[in-house]
Amino acid sequence: MMMEAPAREPVNLAGLLKDAAFAAAIAFGLFSLLLGLKTDQTLNNQMVLVPRPGLLFTVVGLVFVGRFLIGYWQAINAGKIKKKKAAATPLALKIEKYGTAAFVGFLFVYPMVVLGTAGPSGAIKWIDNFGIQILIYIMLGWGLNIVVGLAGLLDLGYVAFYAVGAYSYALLATSEPVKEFMASTIGPSFWPLWAFWICLPVAGILAAFWGVLLGFPVLRLRGDYLAIVTLAFGEIIRLVLINWVDFSGGYAGISSIPRPSFFGVPFNATESGFAATFGLEFTPIYRTIFLFYVILVLALVTALVSTRLRRLPVGRAWEALREDEIACRSLGINTVNTKLTAFAIGAMFGGFAGAFFAARQGFISPESFVFLESAQILAIVVLGGMGSLLGVVIASILLVGGVELLRELDFLKAYFGDGFDPAQYRMLIFGACMVLMMLWKPRGLISVREPSVFLKEKKAVSSDLVKEGHG
Amino acid sequence: MEVFVQQLINGVTLGAVYGLIAIGYTMVFGIIGMVNFAHGDVFMISAFVALICFMAVTALAGMSGGAIFLALLVALIVSMIVTSLFSWTIERVAYRKLRGSFRLAPLISAIGMSILLMNFVQVAQGARNKPIPPIMRDTIRLFEKDGFVVAISYKQILIILVTALLLGIFWYVVQKTPLGRAQRACEQDQKMAALLGINVDRTIAVTFIMGAALAAVAGTMFLTYYGVVVFSDGFVPGVKAFTAAVLGGIGSLPGAVLGGMLIGLIETFWSAYFSIDYKDVAAFSILAIVLIFMPQGLLGKPEVEKV
Amino acid sequence: MRALSDPILKVQNLTMRFGGLVAVNDLSFTAGRGDITALIGPNGAGKTTVFNCITGFYKPTTGRMALRHGTVDIDAHVERLTDTPNDHLVMAEGSLYLLERMPDFHVSARAKVARTFQNIRLFSGMTVLENLMVAQHNPLMVASNWTLGGLLGFSGFRKRELEAIETAKYWLEKTKLIDRADDPAGDLPYGDQRRLEIARAMCTEPVLLCLDEPAAGLNPRESLELNALLRAIRDDHGTSLLLIEHDMSVVMEISDHVVVLDYGTKISDGTPEQVRSDPKVIAAYLGAEDEAEVEKIEAEVGL
Repeated sequence: MMMEAPAREPVNLAGLLKDAAFAAAIAFGLFSLLLGLKTDQTLNNQMVLVPRPGLLFTVVGLVFVGRFLIGYWQAINAGKIKKKKAAATPLALKIEKYGTAAFVGFLFVYPMVVLGTAGPSGAIKWIDNFGIQILIYIMLGWGLNIVVGLAGLLDLGYVAFYAVGAYSYALLATSEPVKEFMASTIGPSFWPLWAFWICLPVAGILAAFWGVLLGFPVLRLRGDYLAIVTLAFGEIIRLVLINWVDFSGGYAGISSIPRPSFFGVPFNATESGFAATFGLEFTPIYRTIFLFYVILVLALVTALVSTRLRRLPVGRAWEALREDEIACRSLGINTVNTKLTAFAIGAMFGGFAGAFFAARQGFISPESFVFLESAQILAIVVLGGMGSLLGVVIASILLVGGVELLRELDFLKAYFGDGFDPAQYRMLIFGACMVLMMLWKPRGLISVREPSVFLKEKKAVSSDLVKEGHG
Repeated sequence: MEVFVQQLINGVTLGAVYGLIAIGYTMVFGIIGMVNFAHGDVFMISAFVALICFMAVTALAGMSGGAIFLALLVALIVSMIVTSLFSWTIERVAYRKLRGSFRLAPLISAIGMSILLMNFVQVAQGARNKPIPPIMRDTIRLFEKDGFVVAISYKQILIILVTALLLGIFWYVVQKTPLGRAQRACEQDQKMAALLGINVDRTIAVTFIMGAALAAVAGTMFLTYYGVVVFSDGFVPGVKAFTAAVLGGIGSLPGAVLGGMLIGLIETFWSAYFSIDYKDVAAFSILAIVLIFMPQGLLGKPEVEKV
Repeated sequence: MRALSDPILKVQNLTMRFGGLVAVNDLSFTAGRGDITALIGPNGAGKTTVFNCITGFYKPTTGRMALRHGTVDIDAHVERLTDTPNDHLVMAEGSLYLLERMPDFHVSARAKVARTFQNIRLFSGMTVLENLMVAQHNPLMVASNWTLGGLLGFSGFRKRELEAIETAKYWLEKTKLIDRADDPAGDLPYGDQRRLEIARAMCTEPVLLCLDEPAAGLNPRESLELNALLRAIRDDHGTSLLLIEHDMSVVMEISDHVVVLDYGTKISDGTPEQVRSDPKVIAAYLGAEDEAEVEKIEAEVGL
């Protein structure tokens, strides 16, 4: 406090209190019914209202204090001269370049580090729930980034392609005719072992095909409308999967999907299994570690391809399309084909990720492909900063990892009682984070654009100049 | 024929609900050009508020005919107030600062808000279906043929009447009052409206409030009609109402009501004559088809590409 | 006059209606190869609509717009081409295009008609160099084997890309933007943006360059530089120019041929001198009703 400049105006405490009281009054209005009274069902199915005044007043009190503190913070910062926003510098590009390299290096040693610190039984959770889970979203984010970040096409139904990939693999791998055909031509053990490696490209191609199929009619729509149509397509695919039971198994989904093998060596406890082949003791961790590396490689391929595409004419055309579609057409660019390529390539990576997801879970159902997933992936891309690969990584870790961490907060039960389950607040907090992040950084975390070609010096382009796409 | 008439009645009732929600989408889109993704969840919240009010009043006053009427009236009014407050707060907190910023930001913020509201209700009220005791089960038999009774229930009459009445009031406000004029001015050009002394922030806030109040009417009607509500009820009716708004021509108020009616009718007829399993597929397909082939909707103005 | 002896573009009976509004009414004119043809007229005369029709952004209600590459005789073959469903005709001495049949991007990619926009349309978040690279999209696309070769890193693409950078450098030097090559286009001052848009259009190697008010918003010095640039484009590259302009000093200074529009109809057509002394043009610009009044005005302004 002694460091502060003496000339600063005193904080208007009365005004702040008034603001806080107003906010608290609003909160009371909002929550008095929805929090203050809980609808419950008694044992004989009677609906009753349970008053919860304690909870209500705690929340209103928190709003009061929160508003007051925010107001106070704003007041003491108002006097300070705002630091001028530094122009985009090559430094930002360096961070992106070396940061990404360092991160990839870290990922390659991550399973070993975890194995060393947490032991084989404790490591599964860290590799699977955090490592693999986050990597799937990073890959999806990078895939969608091609569509939204580069081409500026707002896709709210990306999960459809994820579903196409997952179902392509699941249906092909569990299909009896295919199994029999393979058994009769090559041998009975071939298909369960190699299904994943054969179906992975097939899933990607099918997803790309669906990308073109769905993309073709909608590409002349502008931003928000495109978003809603893609949302509709995503939901249609999910609803068909639910209702067409003969094809997809409906709500029950598809189970006992073959898991990936170590290029022909299965991860099981048999003589010919991975552990026995390499003279190791059998534990399930090998499969998890292998899966981790599979998704890591898939994700890196996605990153590599999209980085390369950006420097090719097609990638430049995508970005130009995001900037100004009419100018593109005046330069002879076939905008329909260009958009379709973006859609197809983005969808293809979604398909790969979907096939991997099905193989990792061993079970899929339409529940995994709800709109929320699309929203989550889109949030990762936008929050990361459109077009930035490192941004997607950071956003995935924050959103997916952060939300996953809530599961680890079981110790809070000691304070709030056994009924308290932090996991149920996951999506609540996720939604709040989306709003807060947009308010804080509407352009995303990494908001500089790296030029795809340069003459003398690579200068970062500030995101204020980059347009957001319009169709 | 009998099935047709019966479905017509059901469809109009459902259409009234969709039309009321659709107005909220269309007005907000008209004035600030954003798809208010959280509007469906605002509708869901309104149904929950109505549920709690209804239960509170009937718990005190019993379940007699008069008490139920009172309970519904209180539920409607309280729900309109609380829901408006929600919508106002959402606009103030999550959208206002993003107005005129990077275009995706408000959409992402709205999606986040939608997730937030849905999960807030789930956490606060639980994830199970919330039924109310059956009310107003009486129907008026219109006619009967070969044993098939065509009937209109009191509920349906109530819904259609209340919708018509509130739409009338709403129409008057938008067309004949200075407030409506300010709204239309902001729709055309916010900067110019501000220069002419219109309080743009307040006009937009009022737009959100009006949309929410109508959604609250829809929410209360929805609860009365189906007798049950669950935290996830915002999404699908929300998308259908948005479809209605687009079908009618986004930005057009009569269009929203017309679109709502059409969507309600299509949905009931589809369920009656084709397959109830695919009724949502039908709604989403209509949305896609309309947006692709006639994005200006039925009553909207066509957009000419500016070169 | 070259418009008659050696035309590059022949517009015949062009009409464009928007609902009840007739923006362009039965317009016919020709633009000569190697000429700078100016399309002038008061505000709202339909000039930009003509541009949008020529460059394929609008489909005209009726009318024909024939463009030739090489020395094909337009009059001899255009009827034959019109009777076929095709949009172009390839012959030994060149090819003939019917612009009204082509989608906008084909007008640029195949018929080689480039354009700029009245309200500048640059890719503002991309650098100046990138803007010029996007303009060379089609040849680069071929060189990258439609992305596949480029993705796998074939050397043919790299070589072609370096050539494209050289082309870009050439135009950057011509337009004096070489020092700003790595800056975002949106950061350039207005005059530079105008020139960049011209440079970008030239990177598509057009036979006909359509400029929509290139001098709008330029100061007198920039305006002079623009004149020099446009002349250089015509003289050094054999590109024909069609421009809409309000700045009469630019029009009279550099154009070889002037077409005057008023209310969508052509009212005058000829050399700058002829147009300048045409009473109908003066009437249109000064808003006079009839001949007598025109004479009065002419007397007043001392003609």
